[in-house]
Amino acid sequence: MNLAVKDIRHNFGRFALTTVGVGMLLMIVMGMGGIYRGIIEDATLLVDESDADLWIVQRNTRGPFAEVSRVPANLVHRALAVPGVETAREFVYHTIQREREGKPIRIAVVGLSWPTDKGESLPLIAGRALAQNHFEMIADARLGMPLGEQIRLGKENYTVVGITENMIGSSGDGLAFFTVADALDIQFEVPGEAVRLERQARYARGTLSELGRKQPALAETAFMAPREIPAIGPRQISAVMVNVLPGTTQQSVAAVVAGWSDVSVYTADGQRDLLLRGPVEKVRRQIGLFRVLLTIIAAIIMALILYTLTLDKLHDIALLKLIGAPNRRILGMILQQALLLGIVGYGIAYVAGLRIFPGFPRRVILTNNDLVQLALIVLVISVLSSALGIWKAVRVEPNEALSG
Amino acid sequence: MRNGFAIETKGLTKVYGSGNTEVVAMSNADVTIRRGEVAALLGPSGSGKSTFLTAIGLINPPSAGQIRIGGELVVDGPVALRDARSFRRKFIGFVFQKSNLIPFLSAIENVRIALEINAWPAAAARERAMELLDYLGVADRADHYPATLSGGQQQRVAVARALANQPSIILADEPTAALDGRLGRQVMELFRKLAHEHGTGVVVVTHDHRALDVFDSVYEMEDGVIRRSESGVQ
Repeated sequence: MNLAVKDIRHNFGRFALTTVGVGMLLMIVMGMGGIYRGIIEDATLLVDESDADLWIVQRNTRGPFAEVSRVPANLVHRALAVPGVETAREFVYHTIQREREGKPIRIAVVGLSWPTDKGESLPLIAGRALAQNHFEMIADARLGMPLGEQIRLGKENYTVVGITENMIGSSGDGLAFFTVADALDIQFEVPGEAVRLERQARYARGTLSELGRKQPALAETAFMAPREIPAIGPRQISAVMVNVLPGTTQQSVAAVVAGWSDVSVYTADGQRDLLLRGPVEKVRRQIGLFRVLLTIIAAIIMALILYTLTLDKLHDIALLKLIGAPNRRILGMILQQALLLGIVGYGIAYVAGLRIFPGFPRRVILTNNDLVQLALIVLVISVLSSALGIWKAVRVEPNEALSG
Repeated sequence: MRNGFAIETKGLTKVYGSGNTEVVAMSNADVTIRRGEVAALLGPSGSGKSTFLTAIGLINPPSAGQIRIGGELVVDGPVALRDARSFRRKFIGFVFQKSNLIPFLSAIENVRIALEINAWPAAAARERAMELLDYLGVADRADHYPATLSGGQQQRVAVARALANQPSIILADEPTAALDGRLGRQVMELFRKLAHEHGTGVVVVTHDHRALDVFDSVYEMEDGVIRRSESGVQ
């Protein structure tokens, strides 16, 4: 006869409510772990998905995901000239916030190196990759934009031609993929009035300069488009992604690029490490600490619940001792109830979490490793938290049963 | 179990505290209960009845004296010579003022638990528990929980549990206090029947003088001193 099960069956309502409470608590612990994983996954998603062997970024910066990185677009051609490089692609990344249907929408803009990269490797769940150099975009489902929707960014309308899933930036914003040209247009979009003012300012500077005074006709060039003015460089991109030829080591190519004094180069793993040690680190540590605290709180609450359940049974425990029940039988009852509370609570946490977590604003990723780890922690907590109840039960004297 | 005595005590003494706070709860109690004998223990509150009962029930060790159960020396002074809990499990049955059933076990499970902790296999324990409930007239309530049983039915289940392991002695602490006069007498007569049929020694602490005719012997206790009373026995 299993006393633990008998007691639970007899007081099922109380046990059910208690396990639901413990389950909700464990769900929060599980969720914090999932948010922790989600932040890491989101932060490193682009690095992992882009499948680049090397990232060439602005000198002494940690790359476009950690801070502003500006490199000239022609860096792609320099990279291609390095022995052992198979492909070199432009990369543009920045975040914008616009209004859509009266609500703010934050978009992490990624530029794809057209026509080398049309977005075929992206995890599309609907639509297609980019098919033209301009005015098309692939949006993540999190942005809530359906296929065919047009959104005005800057002076142009962009049509959603593909939908991805779980493509999130390090800040939790949904990613949208454009060609590099469009991404730069969006990034460097300047209102007409600003253009006119800038032209006037250039003209004024030109007429005041020594060259302008000697050759007044040159000042007229101030009214030309920036790309037609030799003194103004082309728009800069965020980084260059490099893939090396099979048989070539990343280190050998990186060694060459590292010799250029205007850029820094990282392997994909290096870029990933920089991300995790940089902007994500504080969030990661904070959530990690919060998770540890929640686990401790869960253990304390479980211990108190089990202690209270034991207190309710002290008379029965004394009676069992009086009629000669060995300690292992009594302690087994408490321990089994603790384990059942933990196991059922964990099950409730898992099932509830699967339903609730998808509604969270940031991704909550439950990995098998984390689930197994939490299950083991719950088992340990269950055993440890039953210690208080067991301690109390051991101290009960059989003559307490006589006190009525 | 070597002789015809269910229980013998010699010089049983219990002292609480020491020095100025010393209280003698029981002094030189010499009691002999034969197998099949039903003995009543009378006395006012605070006279030491419970101290005596818990001492011979191996719950509360005496300060001095000896206890033999079934002829075997079990307690010598404050030292228990046998594992008290194991000995209680095998040789002592308890019945209390209130039925003291475990609330989350049904009637039959309350009896079964006493058997199973004494290493009875589950099926045999179930069969034996049912026999006892049947013997005590509550077989039809076997699957009911204590809260749904009347006081008399609860007390019968408690008696069935006390009897489960065929103990040498049954110790009952005011088992009829919560029952009306008719039920109380039924329970007392039940003890007598059990004692005589099974050869079990029964010690009943009671305030109920109306049922004294049921007992084979009566002991009276006052200020920690116990003595056999001839006047109470019919």
